[in-house]
Amino acid sequence: MHESSPLTRRGMLAAGFGSVLLPGSLSAQAPAQKPSELKIGITTFLSGPASVFGVPGRNAAEMLAEEVNREGGIGGVPVRLFFVDEGPGIDHLVGEFRRLVQNERVDVMFASISSGSCLACTPLAEELRKVTVLWDCGSQRIFEENSYKYAFRSQANSTGEVMAALLYLLKHKPDFRSIAVVNQDYAWGRDSWEIWKTGMDVLKPGVRVAAELFPRFGATDFSAEVTRLLALRPDIILNTSWGGDLDTFIRQAAERRLFERSTFVMPLAESSLERVGRLLPPGHIVGSRGDHWHQHPRPANPQALQRFVENYRSRFNAYPIYPTYHMAQAFSALRAAYAKAIAGNGGNWPSDLQLAGAFPGLEFDSPTARLRIREDGQGMEPQLIGTTVQDDRFPFPVMDRMVIFPPEMVMPPVGQKSLAWIRTLNADVVSRVPDPVRPAG
Amino acid sequence: MGEWFEQNGALLGLALLDGIASAALIFMVAVGLNLVFGVLRVLNVAHGSFFAIGAYAAASLGLFLASAGLPAWASLLAILLAAVLTGLTLGPLIERFLLRRIYAEESVLQLLVTFALFMILEDAQKLLWGVQPVSFSGPVSMMGTVDVPFAGDVIPYNTYQVILLPAIALLTLVGLALFLRRTLTGRVIVAVTLDREAATAMGIDAGRIYLLTFAFGAVLAALGGALSAPTASLVPGVGASTIVLSFAVVATAGLGQIEGAALTALMIGIGRSVAVTFEPELEVVVPYLIMVAVLLVRPQGLFGVPETRRI
Amino acid sequence: MTLRRTEILLALLLAAALILAALSTPWLRFVLTIALAKGVAVLGILLLLRAGQVSFGHALYVALGAYAVAFLAPSMPEASLLLPAAAALAGAVGLLVGLFVSRYREIFFGMLNLALSMVFYSVLEKLYHITKGTDGIRVPAITVLGQPLEGATYGWAVFGIALALAFLFGLFVRAYLASPMGQALAAIKTRETRLDFMGVSPRQILLSAYVLSAVMAGCAGALIAMATRHVTPLLAYWTASGELVFIAVLGGAGGVLGPFLGAITFELVRVYAAATVADAWQMILGTVLLLVILFARGGIWGLVASWLGRRRAA
Repeated sequence: MHESSPLTRRGMLAAGFGSVLLPGSLSAQAPAQKPSELKIGITTFLSGPASVFGVPGRNAAEMLAEEVNREGGIGGVPVRLFFVDEGPGIDHLVGEFRRLVQNERVDVMFASISSGSCLACTPLAEELRKVTVLWDCGSQRIFEENSYKYAFRSQANSTGEVMAALLYLLKHKPDFRSIAVVNQDYAWGRDSWEIWKTGMDVLKPGVRVAAELFPRFGATDFSAEVTRLLALRPDIILNTSWGGDLDTFIRQAAERRLFERSTFVMPLAESSLERVGRLLPPGHIVGSRGDHWHQHPRPANPQALQRFVENYRSRFNAYPIYPTYHMAQAFSALRAAYAKAIAGNGGNWPSDLQLAGAFPGLEFDSPTARLRIREDGQGMEPQLIGTTVQDDRFPFPVMDRMVIFPPEMVMPPVGQKSLAWIRTLNADVVSRVPDPVRPAG
Repeated sequence: MGEWFEQNGALLGLALLDGIASAALIFMVAVGLNLVFGVLRVLNVAHGSFFAIGAYAAASLGLFLASAGLPAWASLLAILLAAVLTGLTLGPLIERFLLRRIYAEESVLQLLVTFALFMILEDAQKLLWGVQPVSFSGPVSMMGTVDVPFAGDVIPYNTYQVILLPAIALLTLVGLALFLRRTLTGRVIVAVTLDREAATAMGIDAGRIYLLTFAFGAVLAALGGALSAPTASLVPGVGASTIVLSFAVVATAGLGQIEGAALTALMIGIGRSVAVTFEPELEVVVPYLIMVAVLLVRPQGLFGVPETRRI
Repeated sequence: MTLRRTEILLALLLAAALILAALSTPWLRFVLTIALAKGVAVLGILLLLRAGQVSFGHALYVALGAYAVAFLAPSMPEASLLLPAAAALAGAVGLLVGLFVSRYREIFFGMLNLALSMVFYSVLEKLYHITKGTDGIRVPAITVLGQPLEGATYGWAVFGIALALAFLFGLFVRAYLASPMGQALAAIKTRETRLDFMGVSPRQILLSAYVLSAVMAGCAGALIAMATRHVTPLLAYWTASGELVFIAVLGGAGGVLGPFLGAITFELVRVYAAATVADAWQMILGTVLLLVILFARGGIWGLVASWLGRRRAA
């Protein structure tokens, strides 16, 4: 069993009060010994609205840890997981991060769904010199505004996720003239609109912004927003919401036939498809924060994808959604990094510093692609965008006309800031958008 | 001004329609809280939990009935049944075994008991219903839409939201008003609201009234939740956001004032939809601005009666 | 020895225990710093509770103090300047708001505070380009008395400041409550009109307590910002205000040690609960609070005081 029983964990915590421990920072220099277990601390949402991602993320982590341990662990060491809830806020999270590193002596941290949490955790990773893999948060600010030696991201960032959706729209529905935005009122909602607007103004100037709506995070009634959009009839409606907010919005918009009047672009809707089902009509643009999708048209490793999807489904009775793939990417990156670091250390167990050194330039596999972590710590992950279509095999819409965007096309190169880079683009980039991938089967 | 109306009059009309629909739901939740506060003088934070549990129960029951092959109208029954079951289970249990033990204590303790309950029930919901959004659209799909003409065009509205919800809210308001004014139990409740000490001195069994009111308030909260279930996907934390809004309504309305709650709900509902139409960034703060504005002019709330100062 | 004198002895013992705990377990130093900071904020809640008023919005001042540090630190990275600045800002806003809310009592008082804190929370989110919304703001490195500190040393410095402020405010509130101003607070709770008859303005009494509570909450926010080095709007959310009231009752409103006992218990229970059952910590905290209210109404301080009383009697 990778999971500690509550009792022993509590026992260890109690022991921590009495015993004198070395400061965590010393561990980086100490010659590393192969541990009896590899401890991974994972921060994720276990309470509040964002647990719609946090709990699937944890589920995937538990499933993956069992698989890893069945196969003999990482570098021959079985892994053990510790979970922390992001829900209570930064002061709790920072305390728990310290506790896991300094008391539980975790070997590595997987940090956070919320970008706010990641922004608070990355400097802590540096201070405590503990390798921290940002497993799901999206903010592009993290590696654009700072550089870190111990923090890395095993997936893309907001810029790639938004730019891919924009380019897809420009390529497949180029003649739109007006747009409205309905994003959740928090950092991601505002950030994603800023990225989109900047890109749209550069690549297709003159589009009229009919309305900018930022309903309260966690709102349960969008009637007034839907009415406004029905009255304004914008060609395109951008909605980067997720979870209960997106489900509710799709349902309220569908019942009132808003989908018939405007084309929707919903970069995160992959995570809602199974739940909203046939309410979401065909012909709308959907993304999945990366290239993950259980019906991926051209996975790098079809067997691995199928195994992952089937295992997850049989265990949790739902199709895996993007946070579960992100968790798989974090595990894969960690595995590859340990293999690289052990090889680079003459077959010996690596120190924290050696492990951190393995990440820049690291290549690792996800079920759907081969990914890379850049020198600045940012992960390079392709983006899959498609258009909804009904398929009799599924009780919910699936994606058609799927385009897989190479990461370099939608993300700025190392050292450039997203908005500045986007302003340097020209319409040429739209013509370079790849053609839709024809499914193999 | 006239010109502005010419341009935006139709939009304003649409906003009114949305406002009334959302006011109906706000009223259903807030009126129960207000009634309970008026009688028990307990600001029940767990009211938000009753809302959430009522909603989840309605969704579960509605989905179950649909899967059992019952006709679509049965989903409306599910809403009512879920609300009554939730309210009548949780309400009396909590009043009897928790609140009753601390009526004599400071009001902050009572408030915190319900805060503790709220925290416990928040996790209980998660254990029962998980974290993935839960929804059932039965009643909304069944009732279809009504088309409202607008600028040579039509705007479809959910019949459920613009007709059924306001009708239920109106029925509740009238029913409650009649109950409180015309029946003996109702009058006793009013008497306790106005002056607890005098009422008990006259031989009113306050315990029974408390139990009754609290259970009734719980049913109303659960009904509000159950009625919102067909239009909203339920996620953890849905109770928390509801309760803050209801607090604002209670303070604005005046203690125990059901007409006040109705008027406040209307102001907030319409205020928010008008904000979405003309100045979206203001939408979130509308309830609080209304509350501050009302309390500036009327420190006891809209319909509140100034309490006699004790000497 | 009287209870009042024992209190000081207990405070010194508690401080020694905290230092020992922080010495032996590095991560606890951070958790205890946060606990001390929240304790300082709860001292302010305690003042208002004496007057029978519950503010459901004091997270407003905590967040105000924290954001003051986040905004001022880039140009003025010195703890001894940031703390007074945060306190002054919170106090000034507290005075403005207090002039308005001190006219109200009970639910109206509580809800107006709630409303204002929620408005502030929304503003922090809405002014995305200034505040970075929910992403929050990173607090740059801060010097303490001109000394640039790092890592553990910095952690110790903030812990030390928190402990010193806890003592300072604790002693101050103790003296305040014993003074006529403090006595008059209790009178607001029992029979406010009597104050009027005595020619004392209850509004002014409540207002001064309110401003003091805002100052303390502002200091607490500044400490939290300096310890976590990252501030987000969640600091101003209503549940954060609820937490402060929670801690006040958990610790007990009977003495100035109560807030600190409450805050330390709260943070430790939350850590333990989170470590044992990560997805049901709310249930555990709620149960603890319920048990305290039902079986130990005076809170933890009440338990300590009655135990001491029994010992003296024996």
